[in-house]
Amino acid sequence: MAVCIAVIAKENYPLYIRSLPTQNELKFHYTVHTSLDVVEEKISAVGKSVGDQRELYLGLLYPTEDYKVYGYVTNSKVKFVIVVDSSNTSLRDNEIRSMFRKLHNSFTDVMCNPFHNPGDTIQSKTFDGIVSGMMVPPG
Amino acid sequence: MECQEEKPIIYTMENKPIVTCAGDQGLFTSLYTSLAQQLPREPMEWRRTYGRAPKMIHLEANFVQFKEELLPKEGNKALLTFPFLHIYWTDCCDTEAYKSTVKEDMTRWHNSLRAHSSADWVIIVVETNDTKKKNKTNILPRSSIVDKIRSDFCNKQNDRCVVLSDPLKDSSRSQESWNALLLKLRTLLLMSFTKNLGRFEDDMRTLREKRTQPGWSFCEYFMVQEELAFVFEMLQQFEDALVQYDELDALFTQYVLNFGAGDTANWLGSFCAPVRSWSGLLLRRPIDMEKRDGIQRGEASLLDLRSYLFSRQCTLLIFLLRPWEVTQRALELLHNCVQELRLLEVSVLEGALDCWVFLSCLEVLHRIEGCCDPAQLAANCSHTVGLWAYATDKLKSLGELCGLVSEKGPTSEDLNRTVDLLAGLGDERPETVSSLQSPYKKLKEALSSVEAFERHYLELSHAAMEMYRAIGRLRSARLVGKSLAEFYMRKGDPERAEAFLQEAVKSYTSEGWSLPVTHTRKQIAECQKLLGRTEDYLQTSALLAGDGNLTTEERKHFCQEILTFAAKSNDQSHKVTLSMAVFSQLTRLQFRPATASVHSGAVLEAELTLRCLMPVSVRIQQLAVSIHFDLERAGTNGRSKGASRATNPGTVEFSQADPSAGPASSVAAAGPPLELDEIQDRSPSDNSLNSTGVVCKNTHLVMRRHDTGSPPDTANCVSPPALTVKDGAQMLKVQDVTLEPGNNSITFTAPSGQPGTYTLRQLYATVGQVQFVLPHIYPSVQYEVYSQEPQLTVEPLSEPLLAGLPQTVKFTLLTGHYAVKKGDALQLSNTDTMPILPSASCPARITSPAAELVGESALSIQSSEKVTSISLPATPPYHTLEFHLEVLCIIPHGPDRPANERLTNGEVRHRPRSYSHPDTPMTAIDQRMSIDCPWSIYSTLLALTFYIPFKTKHSVLSAGNRKYIQVCLQNVSDVNFTLAEMQLTEKQHELLELQSLNTKTQQLLCSKHSLFCLWEVRWKDDPPSCLQCVFSANFSPPKQDVSTFKPFHYQFQLERVSTLYSVRAEILPPAGEQHCRCGLLSGLEVCITRLTEATEGEAAEDSKTDADGPKSTKLMYEVADSSSNWAVCGRSSGMVSMPMAADAAHKVRIEVMPLFAGHLPFPKIKVLKYLPHTAAVAIQPDPDSCVENDSLSLLDKALDDQGDTASIRSRGSVHSVGSGDQQPQRGVAMPRLEPFDAGQMFGLYGPVPAQKYQNQRGGLTDSNAH
Repeated sequence: MAVCIAVIAKENYPLYIRSLPTQNELKFHYTVHTSLDVVEEKISAVGKSVGDQRELYLGLLYPTEDYKVYGYVTNSKVKFVIVVDSSNTSLRDNEIRSMFRKLHNSFTDVMCNPFHNPGDTIQSKTFDGIVSGMMVPPG
Repeated sequence: MECQEEKPIIYTMENKPIVTCAGDQGLFTSLYTSLAQQLPREPMEWRRTYGRAPKMIHLEANFVQFKEELLPKEGNKALLTFPFLHIYWTDCCDTEAYKSTVKEDMTRWHNSLRAHSSADWVIIVVETNDTKKKNKTNILPRSSIVDKIRSDFCNKQNDRCVVLSDPLKDSSRSQESWNALLLKLRTLLLMSFTKNLGRFEDDMRTLREKRTQPGWSFCEYFMVQEELAFVFEMLQQFEDALVQYDELDALFTQYVLNFGAGDTANWLGSFCAPVRSWSGLLLRRPIDMEKRDGIQRGEASLLDLRSYLFSRQCTLLIFLLRPWEVTQRALELLHNCVQELRLLEVSVLEGALDCWVFLSCLEVLHRIEGCCDPAQLAANCSHTVGLWAYATDKLKSLGELCGLVSEKGPTSEDLNRTVDLLAGLGDERPETVSSLQSPYKKLKEALSSVEAFERHYLELSHAAMEMYRAIGRLRSARLVGKSLAEFYMRKGDPERAEAFLQEAVKSYTSEGWSLPVTHTRKQIAECQKLLGRTEDYLQTSALLAGDGNLTTEERKHFCQEILTFAAKSNDQSHKVTLSMAVFSQLTRLQFRPATASVHSGAVLEAELTLRCLMPVSVRIQQLAVSIHFDLERAGTNGRSKGASRATNPGTVEFSQADPSAGPASSVAAAGPPLELDEIQDRSPSDNSLNSTGVVCKNTHLVMRRHDTGSPPDTANCVSPPALTVKDGAQMLKVQDVTLEPGNNSITFTAPSGQPGTYTLRQLYATVGQVQFVLPHIYPSVQYEVYSQEPQLTVEPLSEPLLAGLPQTVKFTLLTGHYAVKKGDALQLSNTDTMPILPSASCPARITSPAAELVGESALSIQSSEKVTSISLPATPPYHTLEFHLEVLCIIPHGPDRPANERLTNGEVRHRPRSYSHPDTPMTAIDQRMSIDCPWSIYSTLLALTFYIPFKTKHSVLSAGNRKYIQVCLQNVSDVNFTLAEMQLTEKQHELLELQSLNTKTQQLLCSKHSLFCLWEVRWKDDPPSCLQCVFSANFSPPKQDVSTFKPFHYQFQLERVSTLYSVRAEILPPAGEQHCRCGLLSGLEVCITRLTEATEGEAAEDSKTDADGPKSTKLMYEVADSSSNWAVCGRSSGMVSMPMAADAAHKVRIEVMPLFAGHLPFPKIKVLKYLPHTAAVAIQPDPDSCVENDSLSLLDKALDDQGDTASIRSRGSVHSVGSGDQQPQRGVAMPRLEPFDAGQMFGLYGPVPAQKYQNQRGGLTDSNAH
């Protein structure tokens, strides 16, 4: 499953970033931050062509030797980034998509919380739980 | 398998499908050129099996001489050497020749084909006119040869024999037959392809299905499928060829993955062998036979297989003009290979893979560069940059591995490793030997020396960074820069490293990534320490010491760095100024007193709350706030105190974010606070609550999109601001404070010497050599020191002040800077209209500025004729002295008084003037007081407004000759009064008697109620023409002692009191009837009787104007019924001339008709007096004109007649309707009508017969209100 999951605000600051505790957290921060380059590239490319009906899933942002970084952007330009270990070959595109969808739903729930101030970092336990579920392999 | 055959096949792109030629070789040779040229000219549609889309292909062929050996043996799966079509050429036109030689040869050829079950053949018969001419004409029709061949060989396959006529002639017939032949050939070729390839694919699939069987070998299968790929490539179907390789790729990948999942295939063993060669991809050859052979032999390593596969894919992609897919696939491949080797647990020498990846990256880049022009390359950086970055990365790790990055250079161990790595590269390929910049040479050179490595590494890094920048991937560029910085750090070149690190940290800070910020900042700190940049280092240390992402030990370390430096006392002049924001945050500032406004000299304390971010407690030698002093804004008179209080809240909360870090704090991003209001929806009928809710009033502000938001400032995402230390003249200072981690509260005593506005500007904390400065305190904090002039105000204790009654007013004295001494006194100038009432004791309260009671003492008040002196108790400055005094405003007697009276000395004496106030029905009087104060040589003038609680009206009522005076007293105030001793007196006429008809002596007059008093006027001799009356009464609030009653006077003048006429009206039923009936005409008889002789005044006036003739007065009467009870029929108005003699009477009869049954009031009868036009002084249309339009005719006749004006003044109503053209010569001359004064007319109405209505109003009537 995912080794790192991040939610990044429209203004590109992290709203939520969590990686497997066994891994070097800093490295993922750098990876996710750098992936924003590609996210921006893809968003601007998509914006030109289709307009409103755009695909939220951005696909594989870029592969590295060890990780695959996938991106997703909501209509309000909040970005989700999922980093997957390259050696994890069982994850197909569809599974990544469904992970993003799940993440998006949970994120929407967080935003619907009237006590949550949009723009603040996400501290929801439910959201945390969803993310944890995606980071540990099922079973 | 074809290798087992002797014939080597050269795999080049020149491969074409093989077509064998048998028969007449000479004939074929002569036709070969045009055949080879024309065959590919027209494309042909190739319909495919398995639902694949049909394709248009240009067919080419490699024509070879037919040999028996060319025919594939049973089981041979080689496709490239497979002859797809066999042609037999003949130009035989001679039956004999055919029978003797050609047929035999043809049969042999046909049989050998059949032996190999090859059905793809065609016989071409070439016919020329030359041959025809050469031979004897008409021996046999030429068609017969063809027919013969067809019958001999083409068993129901007539299309297998084609005739080509005159192939070498340029005629249309020749062309036609050529086209037919070519079409035939193409069709047959395609048929053959479809058939043979289909068979091949079926075989291949069968082989693939066997892959689970033991003994199946991937390499064998690989060769088979590649054969297909070759054929597609040969047919220029690169897409299809690529598909074959991709399938192979996927199959292999799946096997590797299965291996990872524990499902091991035997054949994979060869791929798991330790890697011995890492020479990288080789993309310069179309087919790398070396590796292909290896695969065929089953000796290839995983890298070999992958390399070979990729080189084939690369070749095909470049044919397909998709070079950018090559780069993308290359990156995937490299990542994938590394993963696969890991998965298969192949042992690899450390660094070997790095070498392989590095070489491969460069090889791919070289290959792409080779097939694109530079402009294209630059435009597609985004595709290549990944490879550049990857190569850079790998070179860096190689450099680190081989000890090329350290300052000292490689150790012997490192050198051994380098040698091993270089050994695995093998020899350079022959293709690149001549090239100076080959990847092989680059790697070898880079690993050879520290300098060369640095050169190559920098070159790659910069190239990657440039490309990232060019395509706008700034974050990636910075990451490469950071990695470069790390390289520089290891090389001992912190200066260059810092530039990259600073750029990176700036980017992370601006986007709010705290962990990278901390990490990079730590590296910066290291740099700065090495560079000896103390100030920067301390600043960074301070940032790190307060960084929550670090461990406490690390934070303590950095904090200690600062404290150690601060403790150094060797150089006093060298002080380091750092930003306060990183050291501690100013969270709150609280003033005591909370108004933040004190008078000069008073004590003002400011309590600062500082949140110290340091991990340990820090001892501060001095904490100071510099102050900007502004004299101009100072409230010297204390008037601005109230206004400035709003801007100076006593407590200022500073937002959590550091104000110097930028405008965007999380508070600002969240938008303005909500303004909420409660709403209640009530039912309109019974006022019950339907719904209630909360409404946000500023939704438009709250809901506004914050598009230009920036990240919230997390704790460490602060960039140190530029510092400018301004020295203020005045400071708030505290010495020796220890700041504990967390919130600290420090109290300052603010200077308050000079009056003015003090603005807190900067905050300094001095720790030894280090000074932390907060350059701007924002939002700005001010306090005010004021110097106030003494101020005396007088205001009513309760609103409103009522005139005529004792009222209490409050004196408030703000002492300001003046200290009231014992013996100081206020001198009040006395006025007649508002005496100050002496009271037994007059307590005064002294309160401090904080509204605390300080003292209470009694005032002594001495009154003399002119002044009232109030001696004040001693009061300190800036205190408030309060006392109450009772005053009485005397109500002026009458409504008409001269506004100004001059005193004897000519000064305008101030008189209280009464006026009506818009807010209240009461009449207001302003009373001015003049007070001499001990602190000023000028008198203080103060005004008080009193209200008269009553409104008085008077009227004269008549009954025949008897006269009554009615006074109406209306209480317009809000309180009730008791009235007593209402009296009416007349001043001038001694003989006049006023008899009170009022029964009660005391009367309660409630608020907003009126009291009417009535007196009958009796006189002895002539009735007085003018009466000067004074109404007086005593009043007091109810239930008060008699002594508290205060007098109220009302003066008025009455003129023309006596009655002139009596009007008598009677309604008579129609003749013969006893009753008035509804709808029947009745008679209204009006009798006007003069009651008196002409009075002196009347006579005098008349004599002036109408000396001749009998003295008479013209009167106009008018009957009108406004309430529609009566219909006045016929003439409703008229004029009568009344002789000026007593008892002269005039009767008028008017027809009226009652419209309703019942008691009806009389219709109105108006009697008006005609005035002579000459008496017109002011011609003004009067709104209440009493002449109706229908009386105009009457008026016209009487234009020149002069009315009786005995007691009539010139203030009458004027009728000015439409008389201008009738009297042009007279200009304004017009008759005027004047109503009689009150009391001059007495009306008496008789009963209305049978309507049973007794008109009793006649008793007392106003002359105008009939």
